[in-house]
Amino acid sequence: MVPLNWYLLLSAAVFMIGMFGFLTRKNIIIMFMSAELMLNAVNISFIAFSHFLQDLRGHIFVFFIITVAAAEAAIGLAIILALFRNKQTAHVDEMNEMKG
Amino acid sequence: MNSHALIPFLPLAAFMINIVFGRKYLKEKAHWISILAVAGSWVLAVTALIEVLSGRKFNYDLYTWILSGGFKVSVGFLIDELTVVMLIVVTTCSTLIHIYSVGYMHGDSGYYRFFSYLSLFTFSMLMLVMANNFLQLYFGWEGVGLCSYFLIGYYFNKKSASDAGKKAFIVNRFGDFGFGLGIFVIFLTFGTVYYEPVFSQAGNFADATVQFLGYDVHLMTLIALLLFCGSIGKSAQMPLHVWLPDAMEGPTPVSALIHAATMVTAGVFLVARCSPIFSLSETALMVVALTGAVTSLFAATIGLVQNDLKRIIAYSTVSQLGYMFLACGVGAYSAGVFHLYTHAFFKALLFLCAGSVMHAMGGELNIQKMGNLKKYMPVTYFTMLIASFSIAGFPGLAGFFSKDEILWLAYSGPSPVGKLVWLMGTAVAFLTAFYSFRLIFLTFHGKFRGTHEQEHHLHESPKSMTIPLMLLCVGAVASGWVSIPHILGGHANFAEFMKPVLGHAEGHGTHAEEWMVMAISVSVGFAGIGLAWFMYMTRPELPARISQQFSAVHRVLFNKYYIDELYSFILIRPTIWVAKNILIGITDARIIEAVVNGVPNSIAAFSAGLRRVQTGLMQHYATIMAAGILIIAAVMLLR
Repeated sequence: MVPLNWYLLLSAAVFMIGMFGFLTRKNIIIMFMSAELMLNAVNISFIAFSHFLQDLRGHIFVFFIITVAAAEAAIGLAIILALFRNKQTAHVDEMNEMKG
Repeated sequence: MNSHALIPFLPLAAFMINIVFGRKYLKEKAHWISILAVAGSWVLAVTALIEVLSGRKFNYDLYTWILSGGFKVSVGFLIDELTVVMLIVVTTCSTLIHIYSVGYMHGDSGYYRFFSYLSLFTFSMLMLVMANNFLQLYFGWEGVGLCSYFLIGYYFNKKSASDAGKKAFIVNRFGDFGFGLGIFVIFLTFGTVYYEPVFSQAGNFADATVQFLGYDVHLMTLIALLLFCGSIGKSAQMPLHVWLPDAMEGPTPVSALIHAATMVTAGVFLVARCSPIFSLSETALMVVALTGAVTSLFAATIGLVQNDLKRIIAYSTVSQLGYMFLACGVGAYSAGVFHLYTHAFFKALLFLCAGSVMHAMGGELNIQKMGNLKKYMPVTYFTMLIASFSIAGFPGLAGFFSKDEILWLAYSGPSPVGKLVWLMGTAVAFLTAFYSFRLIFLTFHGKFRGTHEQEHHLHESPKSMTIPLMLLCVGAVASGWVSIPHILGGHANFAEFMKPVLGHAEGHGTHAEEWMVMAISVSVGFAGIGLAWFMYMTRPELPARISQQFSAVHRVLFNKYYIDELYSFILIRPTIWVAKNILIGITDARIIEAVVNGVPNSIAAFSAGLRRVQTGLMQHYATIMAAGILIIAAVMLLR
């Protein structure tokens, strides 16, 4: 039986990778994927806790997160596509129209 | 809605219509609305008079103005004997002067403005006299002051006129400050500002004292003197008389209406209205009597040597107002109000005649440059002569009855200063007759001393001006006949009529004494006229020689006792110095501007620093968010 700590360590590692990816990479697609990684890291810890506490609510949360992530991916990719058509680039530093 | 409410509100409506539509639409027809409104008020005032004569009085609230805890003030009307007399005086003079203004102001660029202010003034004055509480009185009081300011400064692009307007307004502030305090003390004492409970309970406080500035002061004296402060300002008594002569910068109908017949008598009205309070304080009455007598004498002496047509009449007004206060101060309130009523007619007439003369002379005011005008303007001459006889106390004319009543009641009344003020009043009667006829002789008799152009221009004024003159002349002759004293076979109806409001001043003296007082006042009047005749008709070189002989006296009188200079030295210049060096130099520049500019400057500096955080780079924001979450997590874990 794999102990809970391992799952949590895995979750933390995946979350950190996602976060550092989000903070350091400039390509908007990569940043988007990093955000997805972070979501999935959270999913892992939900499932782990759910299993160890014998509580089904963790599963329910995960389903919701997966659903929201799917919807977000659809919308997010559409926005990125629209941005790319306007700017001819996927580099986030170029996207500073709102700065006063 | 009672018809009384329409008395003030008709002129208010006329004001609103004129001020909104006057400039674009009414223009030269602005006078119609004002005159119709004022004439309507006059008709309603007459009906009110008839109602009161038939024994009905009114005291009711129209509309609740302020309601706060136990404090309640309404717009309400008190219609009693005193009110109706004031209503008749105000609406009659106002109507006639409105009509006169049609001719006098013809062709003026601010025609509609003039009539709208005149209507606003009439409204305020009517609110003042019809009030049933002190706050509404105060409202009217300030309203007439405001209109006075507007109308003195009517020719606002003339510096002397706008200065005179400001002077009138500021000098009145001094008096109104005391008046306001008086109303506060009334409210603190009685818990209400309505006349009726205040006057009926005043007797309960007859011996009450109150702490004021660390002294124990007799409460009723304090209230009476504070109210009298307002009267001093509004009615141009010493030492706040300085504004009235300068107020002659306004158009002449304004001088007649506001600065002779109605507004300036509001102070007398106030004292008469508050007679239940004044009567409880011997000190206050003495102050009123002496202020009146001193002012009266003082203004009359200045009037002797002035050369400005309107200013002479202005000093005469100050002097006659002093007479009214003198009467109130010896307890003869009804005599004071009676003089107010007769004075309104002959003084308005004098001013309107002066306006007519100015009209003919092309704005010239110096009587030394006039002369022989009776040939060119007979109506003006005749009416002004009658007015002068009336003010000089010629037997049978209006001024005679009121002046005689005042002098007799001063002489015979219970006041401790009665004999003294009677003596002063008699001296004033002599001076009044002298300067009034000096004016007549210099203006209308002798040879014309102006330029040739002026002589060609001389003409009688148009009908719209001479008809009001004739009507007022009827008033100047006959208005005194309503109260012929017992000794001359009359019934002193006016004093009887006023008895419920103002009480009855009983003279204690024999018939012989009464005849003597009358004979003295009439003979000094004739002596004044005779002296003026002698000095200005038979020996015209005499005045110049006398003024050289007594050049110091002449100079002091001519410069109005240097009161203006004194005020300039002790009040105005120090105030300007403080304003320039302390208020502008220190308070404004160093304190207020430092705060006002300092606060936004520091905010600007702070936000300039804060702006750098907003880089516009998404990853910076994300980093900050992540750092924040880490810090929160760390705090939660390590706690």
